[in-house]
Amino acid sequence: MSVVDRPLASPGYSEADSYPTHHFLNHSHGILSWALTLDHKRIGLMYLVGVMSSFALGGLFALMIRIHLWNFQDGWLSNKTYNQVFTLHGAIMVFLFIIPSIPAALGNFLLPIMLGTKDVAFPRLNLMSFYLWITGLVFFLAALSITGLDTGWTFYTPYSIDTQQGGAVLAATFGVFVLGFSSIFTGLNFIVTINTMRPPGMSWFRMPLFLWALYSTSIIQVLATPVLGITVLLLSAERLLGIGIFDPKLNGDPVTFQHFFWFYSHPAVYIMILPAMGIISELMSVHCHKGIFGYRMIAYSSIAIALFGFLVWGHHMFTSGMADVTAVVFSALTFTVSIPSAIKVFNWLGTMYQGTVSLNTPMLYALAFIFLFTIGGLTGLPLGALSTDMHFHDTYFVVAHFHYVMMGGTLVAFLGGVFHWWPKMTGRMFNDKLGIVSAIIVFVGFNLTFLPQFVLGSRGMPRRYATYLPEFQPLHQLSTIGSLTLGSGLLLALIVLLMSLVNGKKAPRNPWGGATLEWECASPPPHDNFSSAPTVGDPYDFSNIEYDGKTGGYVKRA
Amino acid sequence: MTAIQDTHIPNHEAGHADDHHHEHPSWLAHHFDDAEQQFDSGKLGMWLFLVTEVLFFSGMFCAYALYRNRNPEVFEFCSSFLNEKLGAINTGVLLFSSLTMAWAVRAAQLRQHQLLVGMLGATLGCAAIFLGVKSVEYSHKWELGLLPGRFYVPQIEGHHGAHHGYLEMLCIVPAIVTVLCAAYAVFSWAIKSTFHQQVSGPLLTAALCFFVGVFLGQYLEAQEEATKGHANHHEHHMSVQGHIDHDSHDHAAASDTHEHDHGSAPAPVAAVASSGGSSDVYVDSKELATPKPNVNKSTMAGLFFSIYYCMTGVHAVHIIGGMIVISWLIVKAARHEFHEQYFGPVDNVGLYWHLVDFIWIYLFPLLYLIT
Amino acid sequence: MAQTTAHNEQAHNHHDTGHGHGGHGHGDHHGFSHPMPIWMLLSVFFALLVLTGLTVYQSTFDLGNAEIWMSLTIATVKAALVILFFMHLLWDKPLNAIVILGSLIFVALFLGFTLMDAEGYRENLLYDSVNDPRVTQQVDAATPTAAPAALK
Repeated sequence: MSVVDRPLASPGYSEADSYPTHHFLNHSHGILSWALTLDHKRIGLMYLVGVMSSFALGGLFALMIRIHLWNFQDGWLSNKTYNQVFTLHGAIMVFLFIIPSIPAALGNFLLPIMLGTKDVAFPRLNLMSFYLWITGLVFFLAALSITGLDTGWTFYTPYSIDTQQGGAVLAATFGVFVLGFSSIFTGLNFIVTINTMRPPGMSWFRMPLFLWALYSTSIIQVLATPVLGITVLLLSAERLLGIGIFDPKLNGDPVTFQHFFWFYSHPAVYIMILPAMGIISELMSVHCHKGIFGYRMIAYSSIAIALFGFLVWGHHMFTSGMADVTAVVFSALTFTVSIPSAIKVFNWLGTMYQGTVSLNTPMLYALAFIFLFTIGGLTGLPLGALSTDMHFHDTYFVVAHFHYVMMGGTLVAFLGGVFHWWPKMTGRMFNDKLGIVSAIIVFVGFNLTFLPQFVLGSRGMPRRYATYLPEFQPLHQLSTIGSLTLGSGLLLALIVLLMSLVNGKKAPRNPWGGATLEWECASPPPHDNFSSAPTVGDPYDFSNIEYDGKTGGYVKRA
Repeated sequence: MTAIQDTHIPNHEAGHADDHHHEHPSWLAHHFDDAEQQFDSGKLGMWLFLVTEVLFFSGMFCAYALYRNRNPEVFEFCSSFLNEKLGAINTGVLLFSSLTMAWAVRAAQLRQHQLLVGMLGATLGCAAIFLGVKSVEYSHKWELGLLPGRFYVPQIEGHHGAHHGYLEMLCIVPAIVTVLCAAYAVFSWAIKSTFHQQVSGPLLTAALCFFVGVFLGQYLEAQEEATKGHANHHEHHMSVQGHIDHDSHDHAAASDTHEHDHGSAPAPVAAVASSGGSSDVYVDSKELATPKPNVNKSTMAGLFFSIYYCMTGVHAVHIIGGMIVISWLIVKAARHEFHEQYFGPVDNVGLYWHLVDFIWIYLFPLLYLIT
Repeated sequence: MAQTTAHNEQAHNHHDTGHGHGGHGHGDHHGFSHPMPIWMLLSVFFALLVLTGLTVYQSTFDLGNAEIWMSLTIATVKAALVILFFMHLLWDKPLNAIVILGSLIFVALFLGFTLMDAEGYRENLLYDSVNDPRVTQQVDAATPTAAPAALK
């Protein structure tokens, strides 16, 4: 059966239906139709707005920090406020932005469509997950507005037990607890959807790699997040009831807190980066118009990262007084994670080789990802190595490293993904030229911000300090200039996206030439995703996809 | 790629020609193809949820193992305050509720609607008995001052088991629930609605079961005290206080080095600052009366009770959560909603309930039976 | 079309492994309803009761260090009975068994590493504090800060 043989009822293949008049966005009207929706696409969009707002808030805190650090002393924030600002920057970015960003926003929107189903397995749970996220947000805002949280996003005991900001600690830990459930429910939903709802023809190895990445992410979410739940629950009990499990004054053991915390929070790093890697796999293949190189290795390496990620949490605690043996074991295990990560990077490079690269906005973000993630990954090695970590621990080297991975990796991939699927989500094309400009500014600004921090850190500048030695000032100022550049680049990206809603061209069904299922449904998709059954084929077979000048998009050749 | 598989997703209008239901029955969600897919999805989802529960509890088991390993004598001593009989009775009650729950699943599969309501009601009743017994245990310990962590102030003076009315406080909510259930039962008899009678009957019975549990617990607790005797208990207590004493210096030192080692840069300053500010919370009036070294002794024992309350408390919260969903099942069962194609909710709540039982199976020997 | 989905495969397996004890009753082609026979429910329940009695009984003996392992073994046997029969895992899809057993691996990982580490640095905490000058100083230094609070 070929595409041409399709019944005429299948819209989109005839020109008139290319731009559907009826789709999920106008399927029903009114605020309630959004607030109570069970449609994964609407939930995904609500998440998208939510995580982007949290990012704006967290980013604002980041700029406050950088501006404060312009001078080596007497910054515009008091030391106390500075502590609160960096804590909230970290906590908001980690719990409210990065963790839900790709899985909950893009994942929710795309997973059922890429899989070829009508919805996720538990639509109500999905909506509940969103409202739990909102609840978590409210608690974070409470922590922010009532007293201000100053423990660092890690809530290390005994400081988090002793700090005067008790109300804020309670509000934030409760927020984290609730956000944890939100994350668990998303992950649980995705695992069940992929396991039980794959339509005929969609075998495991026909799934787009983004789905493999989401599946691996979901495994971590389900396995690791509950431990965070019990950790913050015990921490709240510590504050409320003085249970003493983590309190040295009551003969508790604060190192245990760090074990509990990092058993979640290290795998959580892979919750953040794995979906980003999934996006890059899609972007690389589509914008190089060439099948992904090493499909199975990328798929397996996602699972491997998810599992190895559980073996290495101790490398956050080398200087916490942990036992020598454990430190050595954790250090050795840490290096195993670099293998599957490197497999991915090499496969992406292999995909680009001899491909027809379209240098458009999503692809530029994807290229930026590869560059930044590689730097982030390689600078992780001296941090995983026991001897060098003793020197780098709690310095700006660490700060720069995880920003290269989390921001240069996840955020940049998220932006690339948003640009890539924006036409699908909204039905509008954005201004590609301005988008390219935004990608370049973000890339330059990012490196300007964080490359100096590697130098600062290796020279001994400790993190989380409100003041520093005068000799560090030039590098700090460079970093601050970079952060403002980065901020303006991100603002431009946002403007490009918003402008497309106002005056963007209507998007064709398949603007980039992708072969995965989401490009077979209309842009934006109808309420039930597919008005007729899509063909489940090889998601990376581009041999019969060609450009169609009439619609400005790609079509499948018969 | 030469062979593109032209497999089509069966859509519900056309693709199901060979299937049995041409349209979706009300119990089948629109995005599922058939009953089995719905059942499998629900079940896998529930197993995954149980995985999260197992990992959630594992944190507390970890804390338990850590501190028991460090202070075995404290755990042994403190465990003697837990009433084995009550623990054993509660274990039996929970096991029985697991039986009735498993039976309820069978009844749902076989369309035995009356039996299903009965079995769910029995499960609910057992849960209530469990909580009743637990309330007696909790209130008894509170009266002895066996509180978690920094509030741990054992009453080693004469007024053993002073009456503070904790049990009455714990009974307030169940009493309100009982009254509401009774009102609902009267209402259901008044309007002669079989459905409402089928719902209110089990609910009222279960609510009353809580008080059965309370009386059972009180009876056994009184019996225990009669056999053991106060003096015996005290002697035991005092001797172990001494027993722990020689460790206390080590522990104090340990905790200090700890704090020194792990406080991140701002921590020590704040710790010193706050130790003045919040000390009124730490120092109970009773503690003031006792000499200084006692603080460390009591914190060691307090740690056991912290773990005890955390584990059993979180477990009890799960019981309460389970009772709410079982009540929801009773409503659905009274409406005769379940049959061999649609019993997923009973099965899944059953899985959850068995997991709660599963956790208790470990908690009982670990907390009550340390010798 | 050699394409068989995992979903269909699972459905097939499920048909084949449907357990033999009767009561299939309605709808054989929707073979996911497998009522447990009453005798099986009851015998599992009584086995659990007996094991509970056993674990209470063994706690009256002083077995020393073996005691914890003994009671954990009995608890594990009980837990296995609950999981295999009451929770129907014996007849469930292999995937669900993998899921729950897999979680135990991660619990073991979590407890194993944490306890191993705690055991490892324990000697750093509980060294000869009486003779170590650093600790004695710290205790001395710590006592005055705590004492005024107690006297307040």
